[in-house]
Amino acid sequence: MKAGRNICGWLLVAIALVCDACIAADEAMAKERQAMVAEVAAMARDFHAGTAGGGIDAHVLAALGRLPRHEFVPSTLRASAYENRPLPVGYGQTISQPYIVAVMTDLLRVGAGDTALEIGTGSGYQAALLAELGVKVSTIEIVEPLAREAAERLRRLGYGGIATRIGDGYHGWPEQGPFDAIMVTAAASHVPPPLLRQLKSGGRMVIPVGPPFQTQQLMLVEKRADGTLLTRQLMPVIFVPLTGGH
Amino acid sequence: MNERPPLAAVAVLSAAALAYELLLLRLFAIVQWHHFAYLAISVALLGIGAAGSLVTLARRRLLAAWRRSFVLAAAGFAIAAVACFAAAERLPFNALEIAWNPRQFVALAAIYVLLFIPFLSAATALCIAYSRFGGAIPQLYGADIFGAGLGSLGLLAALFLLHPAEALCLVCGLGLAAAALAAWPASRRLGSALGLLALAGPWLLPAAAIELVSSDYKDLSQALRVKEARVLAQRVSPLGVVTAVASPLVPLRHAPGLSLNAGDGPPAQLGLFVDGQTAGAVTHFDGSLAPLAYLAHTTAALPYRLLQRPRVLVLGAGAGSDVLQALAHGARRVDAVEADRQISALVQEELANFSGRPYSRPDVHLHVAEARGFVAASRDDFDLIQLALLDSFGASAAGLGSLNENHLYTVEALDAYLQRLAPGGLLAVTRWVSLPPRDSLRLFATAIAALEGRGVAAPGRSLVMIRGWNTATLMLKNGVLEAAEIAAVRDFCRQHSFDIVHVHGITAAEANLHNIQQRDDFFDGSRALLGPARQEFIDRYKFELTPATDDRPYFFHFFKWRTLPELLDLRSRGGLPPLDWGYPVLIMALFQAVAVSLLLILLPLALADTRLAFGAAPAILRRRVPVYFLALGLGFMAIEIPFLQRFSLFLSHPLYAAAVVLASFLIFAGLGARFAARLQPAARWPFAAIAGLALLYVAVLPSVLASLMGLAQGWKILLTILLVAPLAFCLGMPFPLGLAAVAGRAAALVPWAWGINGFASVVATLLATLLAIHWGQSAVVVAAVLLYGIAAWQFPSQAPGDGEAP
Repeated sequence: MKAGRNICGWLLVAIALVCDACIAADEAMAKERQAMVAEVAAMARDFHAGTAGGGIDAHVLAALGRLPRHEFVPSTLRASAYENRPLPVGYGQTISQPYIVAVMTDLLRVGAGDTALEIGTGSGYQAALLAELGVKVSTIEIVEPLAREAAERLRRLGYGGIATRIGDGYHGWPEQGPFDAIMVTAAASHVPPPLLRQLKSGGRMVIPVGPPFQTQQLMLVEKRADGTLLTRQLMPVIFVPLTGGH
Repeated sequence: MNERPPLAAVAVLSAAALAYELLLLRLFAIVQWHHFAYLAISVALLGIGAAGSLVTLARRRLLAAWRRSFVLAAAGFAIAAVACFAAAERLPFNALEIAWNPRQFVALAAIYVLLFIPFLSAATALCIAYSRFGGAIPQLYGADIFGAGLGSLGLLAALFLLHPAEALCLVCGLGLAAAALAAWPASRRLGSALGLLALAGPWLLPAAAIELVSSDYKDLSQALRVKEARVLAQRVSPLGVVTAVASPLVPLRHAPGLSLNAGDGPPAQLGLFVDGQTAGAVTHFDGSLAPLAYLAHTTAALPYRLLQRPRVLVLGAGAGSDVLQALAHGARRVDAVEADRQISALVQEELANFSGRPYSRPDVHLHVAEARGFVAASRDDFDLIQLALLDSFGASAAGLGSLNENHLYTVEALDAYLQRLAPGGLLAVTRWVSLPPRDSLRLFATAIAALEGRGVAAPGRSLVMIRGWNTATLMLKNGVLEAAEIAAVRDFCRQHSFDIVHVHGITAAEANLHNIQQRDDFFDGSRALLGPARQEFIDRYKFELTPATDDRPYFFHFFKWRTLPELLDLRSRGGLPPLDWGYPVLIMALFQAVAVSLLLILLPLALADTRLAFGAAPAILRRRVPVYFLALGLGFMAIEIPFLQRFSLFLSHPLYAAAVVLASFLIFAGLGARFAARLQPAARWPFAAIAGLALLYVAVLPSVLASLMGLAQGWKILLTILLVAPLAFCLGMPFPLGLAAVAGRAAALVPWAWGINGFASVVATLLATLLAIHWGQSAVVVAAVLLYGIAAWQFPSQAPGDGEAP
């Protein structure tokens, strides 16, 4: 009996220690996450990024601060999860640099109740960020195992409201649309015409352009009230190719 | 014991090593494709020089049983060639991530070490032969370099029949054959066993040993990851592995530059990949033009708005989308030029049912040729010449072509195209849009230079440039654009929401309307380039925009040192700078090569044993050996590389050029080396002949070759061989002359001298590219002549003054 009580006692101590370690790890992660958010905010101010030109919307930053990025990266890269850089997530795909994710989300100008379509779910991080903002998100991924992993992850993390689908993003998801915002993270030689049709008047589409790990420009497509399209090409960093007079 | 030098074994091993070097470039193009992969190869080649140091240090032991050492080293090369590549390609190295993750450098370093081993092994065997048979150095060098020539030719031939991975077996077999040949005179049994192994062994390797493990980030890897996507057909040639992919569930769709206003995208397409990178798409075509309507909505369609039933020349026809565009716009006749026969053959044969054999239509004429050569030989006039957008956006955006010579976008090239335009005809060139603008503006500057060179007083009146969100199209007219044509350009842009970068009479209010940029550097840049302050603008711009020329054909090299601090600052602030990696990687390679070379050249001097052996040599030799062999190693490559490029342009076919020029250089240099055995050690005329010929060629060759570009290919090949022969013959002499002089007086210095020459060759290859980027290829040859002057002055002879140039 005594031995049994002893074992129980030790077990309790062990569980308490494990819990303690988990809490400590979570706290450490949370600290790293806040540091990352601060870095993203500072970068955005520094590079005059974001729709306001002077930084990223506080809601976006707050959502970024709530999102456990370490859950969206392979377990071997967890230690790097809160570094402000892109990371490989397998299958030749990446999770973008948090700064780029923040700028793109900010450019979409979405809020609670809006609808958004994402082409290229990847790890699901971007979709979860939009969901954190109260957006009704639909997301399509072409690579089957990646899509399954992302859907499972989103469910596990409490983002069950995000509609996920495996397949061709070219034709969008008309049943879920039209959308206030569309994000095309899968590289394309042209903007799929069906996606433009599924964008609401006043809606915005963002397309990051560049090879993997190198987002060189962000293309923003705005659909005006009369249905005409306007595109803006933005560089995520300030780089003026010419200096001096004239 | 009267042993004979293993000439056959040296020739075969040298062939294997050179074939391996060229093959590695092909293999890494397939599995990795990035500059960093080439960086690894350049470092690996230092293994050749390192063998000199190794043999210097272990000379007595290696030479005591030279045959065994040779056989072991040659067999070691054969095994390492396959094993080290297999290990290197499986390392988790991702060049794309290098800017973010310094740990990638560790993987890169591991690749260096792995690839270093085969070159070290092969070169150790060769160096043992040189050290053992000092009296037969001209014959050995002749066999060595002759073998290298045959190796380069043999590999090119093999790559027509074999996949590069299978060619690796051939290299392995050659290495074993060299070991067998070396072993044979001493042990028939070992020789036979190795011979059998050479014949059968490589082909019995497990498939996994020669399987190519491509990077996850290559376009082909990505395309094949999609469910049900599969390879439909594949063809191989030395130009690349061409792969067609069908993806029934998620069709591939390639329509660069498509307007956002286009209602529809492309019809069904098959993906086309060269070495795993996107090279366009094969569009389904059954003769009906209606599904091709989307091709009217790209920036490249602009010239068709200005022309009626034109006669069109498409340069770089590839899978044929520009040809289809011409047909869709009612072209009267289309001449399609494609350099890679495998691509057109794939479209016409394996994919005939899908592609509708566009090149077999009566109004389409296919020419398998390189663009510059075709244009030079052509006597026809065209209403439109289209220079197609063939490179993938990813490759372009990552700056992967930045160190490659490109003879399509030089001032001379544009001039040659303009010469083939009918009066009022148009030349159209489409490029990817990069931000901040680089290639578009450089193309614009090059076009201005070409027009001015033709005596056009107001180039701005003959030029149009427009841009969409991802492509820009430049148009040059043979004549002045008329008001109606300018109106048509405006109308086209309005309709498709493209922006006008330049057209005569454009105002700032008309620019930057649809694809809005924070600052329209395209408009500002084109205006500055047409204005009086052009040079000042080019100087102040943070990327290189100076027009590319045939002497400096580095169109995609945009890096300026002045910009580096700002790029580094961006990186330190967490951003990714707009950096083309080619040039920084070249500098990195050069630093590494110089550092490793110096270390391994000086190592023997630091060790007591070798210091003692060196001490026995005359002091003047100890001083002169490093200078002489450094100068030769640098000089040889500094002559070979620029002439290789000059003749590549002349022969206008990358394969003929590589085969004819490289093989001529090496084979005639081999003959020169054999001839050197008959020369007096004091002979200095080969140096004078090299200097004289090289300078003469620099002065007259560009214009002579340009005027003869139109000759038939057979004559051009013959002329190339005749021109290369005397120069190469002389180039083959100084090395064996010098090494024989060293062998006669201080045998201990032979492997050291050999190693120095090996290191210098690698450094020279990198340095020649660097100098050519900045000062042009002619300057590289002049530098080489100076180096040969230094070599003549510092000839390693015994008595002071003996080596003085006459």
